Order: sequence, then C-alpha cells, then structure tokens
Amino acid sequence: METAVTAKDHAAAPINAKLSKDDKIGFLREMLRIRRFEQRALSDYQKGKMGGFMHLYIGQESVAVGTCGLMGDHDHVITAYRCHAHALAVGMTMNECMAELYGKSTGCSKGKGGSMHFFAPDKNYWGGHGIVAGQTPLGLGLAYGIKYKGLKGAALCFLGDGAVNQGCFYESLNMASLFELPVIYIIENNKYSMGTSMERSSVVKTCLAQRGEAFAIEWAQANGEDLYEVRAVTQQAIERAHNTSRPTILEFDTYRYYGHSVADSKHKGGYRPEEEIEKYKREHDPIQILKRRLIEEGTLTEESFDKISDEAKAEAEASADFADASPIPTDEQIFEDVYFEVDRQTEAGRTGKHFFHD
Amino acid sequence: MALIEYRDALNQAFAEEIERDPNVVLIGEEVAQYDGAYKVTKGLWKKYGDKRVVDTPISEAAFIGMGIGASMLGLRPVMELMFWSFAAVAYDQIVNNAAQIRYMSGGLINCPIVIRGPANGGTNVGATHSHCPENWFAAIPGLKVVNAATAYDAKGLMKSAIRDNDPVLFMENTLLYGEKGEVPEEEYVIPLGKADIKREGTDITLLAHGRAVLTALKAAELLAAEHDINAEVIDLRSIRPLDEDAILASVRKTHRAIYIEENKPFCGIGAQISSMIMEKCFDDLDAPVLRITSLDAPAIYSPKVEQRQLPRPTDIVDKVLSIC
Repeated sequence: METAVTAKDHAAAPINAKLSKDDKIGFLREMLRIRRFEQRALSDYQKGKMGGFMHLYIGQESVAVGTCGLMGDHDHVITAYRCHAHALAVGMTMNECMAELYGKSTGCSKGKGGSMHFFAPDKNYWGGHGIVAGQTPLGLGLAYGIKYKGLKGAALCFLGDGAVNQGCFYESLNMASLFELPVIYIIENNKYSMGTSMERSSVVKTCLAQRGEAFAIEWAQANGEDLYEVRAVTQQAIERAHNTSRPTILEFDTYRYYGHSVADSKHKGGYRPEEEIEKYKREHDPIQILKRRLIEEGTLTEESFDKISDEAKAEAEASADFADASPIPTDEQIFEDVYFEVDRQTEAGRTGKHFFHD
Repeated sequence: MALIEYRDALNQAFAEEIERDPNVVLIGEEVAQYDGAYKVTKGLWKKYGDKRVVDTPISEAAFIGMGIGASMLGLRPVMELMFWSFAAVAYDQIVNNAAQIRYMSGGLINCPIVIRGPANGGTNVGATHSHCPENWFAAIPGLKVVNAATAYDAKGLMKSAIRDNDPVLFMENTLLYGEKGEVPEEEYVIPLGKADIKREGTDITLLAHGRAVLTALKAAELLAAEHDINAEVIDLRSIRPLDEDAILASVRKTHRAIYIEENKPFCGIGAQISSMIMEKCFDDLDAPVLRITSLDAPAIYSPKVEQRQLPRPTDIVDKVLSIC
C-alpha cells in the first residue's frame, strides 16, 4: 500500500530542532519499549496467559510517542481500546501494564479493566475506552474541565478511523467549536475499521480530518510514520489549544501490522493483502525511520540501537515475570471500586444496600 | 416552614450548592437563558452567570459524556435531561462510562456527576416521552438512582446527590413540579439510601417511589375511611442504594405488601423488591406480595385513556382488598 500523505521533513521545525541527543534517543527508546512490550504480550497471549481482546499498536508507535512527548502539566490524554502505547508513552510502567493484561491485582486497574482499560490519572492519562468513539465526549469533558479551572492545557483525544463515523463524535465536534474547548481530536488512521477498509466505510476516501470544516475546526492531515512530523503538527494544535482555547482535528496516516485484535484471523491476506503489510514494514516502519535518521546524523550507532532494543526486551520479559508472579484479585475485590462512598465507608457508603446479589 | 413548589425546592438546592461549591455547574438544554423547560432552573443563569449555568445544543450523548469527562477532573456537573426518556440517546455514556469508569480504573477515577430531569408518563406526550427508566439504570452497579415524591424530599435528596462522589441519576416528575410542600428555611440534607415512612399503618405495607407514593397515600385514606384498613406507606426515595431494612421491618409488622410504581411490570423495581421480601421474610407474609404498575404497553397518547394506564388510588384499593 501507499500512504495517503507523503512524509515531509520536519527536522528543522522549532519543536524538533531544539531536541537534545538524549531526547531523541529517549523517543526511540519509548517506541522500542512499546514494540517489545506488545511483542511479549502477544507471545504470552498465545500461551494462554491472558484472556479477552488485545488490540496491538505495533506499527503506529511514532504517533503515541510523538504526541504524548509534547504533554505539559495541564495536558491530558484519553484514547480508545488500542491503548497500551499511550499508557507507556505517558510514563506508566511495563509492570503495571503487563500485570493488567494478566488480570492480576498488581495491574494498573487491579485486574478489573484488562487490555482496553489502562488508566493513570496521576499522569493525566484517562484511558483506555472500549466503545468505539465513546471516549470522544469524555475528551470534550476533559477540555471543559481544563477551561473551567482556568488552566492552560489541552485534552488530546485519540480515535481510530472507524470512530469518525459515530454520531457522538460529531456532537462533540460541534460543542468543542461552539464552546471553544481546548480539545485535540487525533485520528490515528490505520486504514481499517476492524476488517472494513476506509474505502468501504467513508464516502470521502482521502481525508477524514477535513470533516472538521463543517464545524469551523482547524484540521491537519499528516504522515504519522515520522516522529518529527507528528511532533511538529501536534505542537501547532497544542499551541492553538493553549493560546486560543480552540479545538483541532489531526489525522495521522499510519498502519497496524497486526489485526484489529489478536482474534482477527483475516487481516493477513483476507481484507488486506499480505504484500501491503510487508511493504509498509519495509518502507514506513516508524522505528526504522527514526533509527536511520539518528544514525545518519551521528546520534546513534547500530550497536547502541541494539542495546536499547535489548534493554526494552529485557524490561518486557521482566514485566511478564512480575505479572506471572503477581496474585489474582480476591473474590472480595469484585465489590471494591464500584462506589467511592462504599470503598471509603463514608456515611453515604454505609447507608442503604448497594449490592443485590444476596 | 415555607410552602413551596417541588420545582422551587430543587431550584433552592441548586442555588445553595452552586454557592457552597465552586465546582458545581448546571448544564443542559434550555437550563440557562430559557430558565429551564419546566422552570426548575429559573433565575439561576441570571444570578450565577454563564460559567455556572450552561445551555447546550440538543446533543445528549455529547453533553452527558462531556459532564462525565469534566467530573473525572473534579467538577461536579449537574446535567439536565429535558426528559429522562432522552437518556436512551446518551445510554452508552451513562452505562459504559459513568457507571464503569471507577471500576475499570481500579478506583483511580471518580465520577461525581448528577444527571437529572423528569421521568414520568401521564402527560399525553406519547410513548417516546413517557418512559420511567429507573429500572434501566438501577440494574447497573456503579450507578445510584433517586426518585423524589415531595418538595421536601426533592431538595434534601438533590443536595445529597450533588455532594455524593458517585454518579447519581435523579428522577423527577413534570406532574409534581407544581405540587407544593413544606420545606424548612434552614439547610438540611436527606441521605441517599434512607426510605421514608410517609404514613404509619398496621395492616398492609404499600411500597412506592415517585408519584406513586402520592397515589398510595390517597389509597390509604380511602382504605381507612371506607374499609377500616390501616395501610402503611413507605417511600423508597432512593432505589439504589436501597433501604432494605425499612422495607423488611414494615412487612414484618403488617405481614402484607404491595409495590406500586408508574413503571412497567417486567423486571421493574417492584419485581426486585417483591423478590427480596419473599427471600428475606417469607414466613412473615400472610399473602403473596403483589404489584401495581403502569399497564404493560407503551404509553398511550389518548388523554382520557392514559389516566387509566397509570396506577390510580382505586386500583390500589381493589388490590389491597384482594389480600386483606
């Protein structure tokens, strides 16, 4: 396949030009950590270590790392079910994420959320949401909260190309523009809403972000394979949110190497040709693109790349060991975290019957 | 005590909570400049301004979701649905986001939101605007469901709902907004999860929530005057959390119970409560627990017929006489 948007060189953009060597290596490390984490998760899934759905992000790492790397104190992130990468990119640990996949009580959600529901409000990370586009009004609400409190921040609300055809997304766009809320809707366009190509799901085949024009929202479509391009384009939207409290829609052209979820048997040679996947990996892989760039500018060597990659792999392995050794939730914990007032045993929580199984 | 309308009691609750807590914000269709479709929020926008009382477009899914997202950041949004029937448009946001976010985040995220509005039939507006959806939501762990029958209860329960740190769905009634009741001048709150004995009695327990409580009280007067039956009337007020103790204590005293509600019978609140009574005090019962509900069809428009679709005092009297 060919990408819809040709990559441009944004190395000279101010937000990139000021990056130190450590910054650049740091981004590469983050992308490698996400990839190695998910590779290990997939392997453990196939061994029966975990259940449920698992939607892998591999191939899209530049988008999560490029965008989340720009977050300041009052910038917030919320995303859909393909949420492992954003979680790691905002600073969640592999241990808490892997343990969540394993359904262990040491998981970020104590084993109550699973693959689609990672959260870390202390890192301004609000999930991890399972219903397609269901997070788009929540992102609007985060922006509402930021503005209500008088803070200079933005809500980065990620969605896939399938989510743009849900009604609540349009309601949210209208309100974002009408109320002047600092929300940035980031469409990660990996071309397939489950097994349905954009060709078969959207009437305009070449651009989704453009739909923002109906709501007087600024938008941009960019190639998502190059971290520098992601950063440069996203920074403009963040500045717009911070300085004018106006929303933006960004669309990043990207690609997932695996299926919609691990249960998607038709992704390779079914609804998309195997050659399409191989060509993207060969020509557009975000990790390889950054690696080449850093080697060319003398920031990185093959040896140092291998070292970072090995460290990420070792960290992922250690997280699997941690998850494996962790306890599962107790039966009593089924009833914890349902009601705040009950958990805290406040007067409200002690008044009346809250659970009805007996 | 002042004699004020149910709507004004709610209005007082909003005003007091807006003044008490800077994070309280009223949001919904026509709540601000129009003064509320039923004047429940009358004068609040003029008094508290654009920041605290906010009109929205007709976008229930987005504005309810927006309120949920804002509550995650610590705001206390009080969201109006012009009719609770419209919750169907925002169902995903309420059931998948408000109800589940605390659980799925392992307790890391709270959702201190109130969603409120009228939930009743009886106004000849057809089936789409006449739903009583308390059972749609009381069935969902993570949500709380409150239903106020009087002005006094409306104010006290609303203040508790706004201060509660969990999502509270507050169901009102357009037929009750103009009903007057005594409301104290001094501040008070009514805890969620506490039923109220609206009339003490010895012969049968009439259980109800919302406007059906008033219907039950009228029936109780008829039963006393015409049949020498002394009925106890218990108003649940809060459906989830539920005051199980109050219900069981009354049934153990009277040995008979009927649940009255304006909702439909299938898996209604009365079904849950009658099951609970059967399980917990079977040996105290002298008769089967019966239910009186809306007649089990969509709400009919025809004004004279719709009156017959909802429980009337005479329906209750007849049912009581069948077991007393």
